[in-house]
Amino acid sequence: MKALRTILSIAYAGAIYVFIFLPVVVLVLFSFQDGRLPVPPLQGVTLHWYGEIFSDSRLMSALANSVLVAVVSSGISCLLGFLAAYGLARYTLPAARLQRALIIAPMTVSTLIIGLGLLSLFGALGIFRSLWTVGIGHVVINLPLCFAIIYGSMGAHQVNVERAARDLGAGEWQVMLLVTVPMLMPSILAAFFLALTFSWDEFIIAFLLSRFDVTLPVEIWSMLRSGLNPKTNAIGSVVFLVSILLLLVMELLVFRKPRRAS
Amino acid sequence: MTADVSIRNATKSFGTFKALDDLSLDIAAGEFIVLLGPSGCGKTTLLSILGGFLEPTSGSVFIGGRDMTHVAPAKRPTTTMFQDYALFPHMTLAANVGFGLRMRGMGRGSRDEKARGYLDLVGLGQDARKKPHELSGGQRQRVALARALAVDPDVLLLDEPLGALDLKLRRQMQDELKVIQKRVGTTFIHVTHDQEEAMAIADRIVVMNRGRIEDSGSPSEVYMRPRSHFSASFMGEANFVHATVADVAADEVTVETALGRMRLPKQSFPDGAAASGGDVTLCIRPEHFRDDAAQGRSIHIGEARVSDVAFFGTHHGCSCVIEGGPDTVFKAHLPQTSDPRPGSTISLDVNADHIVILAAEPKGD
Repeated sequence: MKALRTILSIAYAGAIYVFIFLPVVVLVLFSFQDGRLPVPPLQGVTLHWYGEIFSDSRLMSALANSVLVAVVSSGISCLLGFLAAYGLARYTLPAARLQRALIIAPMTVSTLIIGLGLLSLFGALGIFRSLWTVGIGHVVINLPLCFAIIYGSMGAHQVNVERAARDLGAGEWQVMLLVTVPMLMPSILAAFFLALTFSWDEFIIAFLLSRFDVTLPVEIWSMLRSGLNPKTNAIGSVVFLVSILLLLVMELLVFRKPRRAS
Repeated sequence: MTADVSIRNATKSFGTFKALDDLSLDIAAGEFIVLLGPSGCGKTTLLSILGGFLEPTSGSVFIGGRDMTHVAPAKRPTTTMFQDYALFPHMTLAANVGFGLRMRGMGRGSRDEKARGYLDLVGLGQDARKKPHELSGGQRQRVALARALAVDPDVLLLDEPLGALDLKLRRQMQDELKVIQKRVGTTFIHVTHDQEEAMAIADRIVVMNRGRIEDSGSPSEVYMRPRSHFSASFMGEANFVHATVADVAADEVTVETALGRMRLPKQSFPDGAAASGGDVTLCIRPEHFRDDAAQGRSIHIGEARVSDVAFFGTHHGCSCVIEGGPDTVFKAHLPQTSDPRPGSTISLDVNADHIVILAAEPKGD
């Protein structure tokens, strides 16, 4: 009876992992397909399609665009998120709760709505769609996240540490740069890398707000319009690999750090 | 360096609550002052006003003769040692201690050297490269002290710095604080609610209650000659007996109490309290019942029935009720060698000079 229960729970757990990872496994597996269609049976293993994508200048420039948009928009989201968190945590502001709620609110709005809103706003303002507008869109969706992560890690203990710095002669900027930011570095990095992964494979806003220069997900989407092809699997695998790498970096840099308070 | 401190008529209100109520205090340069009182008495508010983290609602603060009332913490010749130490978790001990010097524009080499000197002073010279999380509570406390002293403050403000330490370590740190204070000569203003700590380290204890100073003096003065009911009861145990002045002679005052008539030395009375018909409160410390009747003039308080006994090492602590007297429980400390038992009767005698006479407490206080 006990053995049966164990077998059943192992089977159940196994089924869940298969359900979650099978699509990714299929994607990666058929990116090595030695044939024209990324469907079973596997006709042989080749790196041909990887060669194809790395020599495809459109894909490579889309990849570079994606990296650029992700890094810049995540950096700006973290900067603005940190400043907002610092202000709300350290000063008594009018309607502080409302302000906090307003900053976090966009997290609950779908990216489609945000994208459409920005699209009509940019249209009305006469701003042309470009990587800049995509970046602005990504800041809109990532800023609440960065704010929430950083604000959540600002505690009363740090207030005293900042007081100590002021007491020892530090000016406001010195307190922020030499004490507050280093103390919050684990959560700032966590916010940055999380924003990076979201921006990296974000599609809807990137699709709605870009025109000539596009990010990788949008480029992949336009490739898909001309039908399935092991090349799309290969670029999909690259996107997946980068996301995994970002997660690993986050794990190593941020979560492994001993977080004992002083 | 060191400087004198003068607080003049400081009042601090939070809404309708007065944390400080027209408080004035002068502190000499190089003095080790302890502000003692229960939580909410205003001692931490006073420390924050001295450190510049709060501004008084009215009144002023002078440090070294200069008006500092509205000067920012960074610009004051004071540093604060915080209760939770508030070390910089991401910096080494050397960088922590050198932080204030860095803010004053001192170069890396000389500030590391000076930081090392202060770490040596607190016995952590070997650990300059460590980070705060590698240290024990007592060690962090020492780093906080070194960091606060490294900038050569005139006045060091200590906000219950020993509160988080266990008892043994706390007693040890008290001794160290006192030794270091004597060595550097800086004025130390130390806040605590622990009266034993206050007596162990202070040159002068300032007892505070409800935003006012109740009493001030050397530990023995405050303990032996408290000036108020609150001060007497906060500093150790005390028995209080209400009395009415019956007769005033040249050097003796006769008072009428529920325990009978007593003749007390006139110099024990606070100014003006020895008027015939006036109300006073007698304060008797429990250990004074141990006095040998042969020393000085003894007053017989009465025979008392022991209701409860506990042994404290240095003495037996007895709760007892005076026979034929009021129902109030008296606390008496008997010598280690005595063997009081619940139900037995003991004789309570006290040296007349040891009784402290206080102005009568207003009713209902």
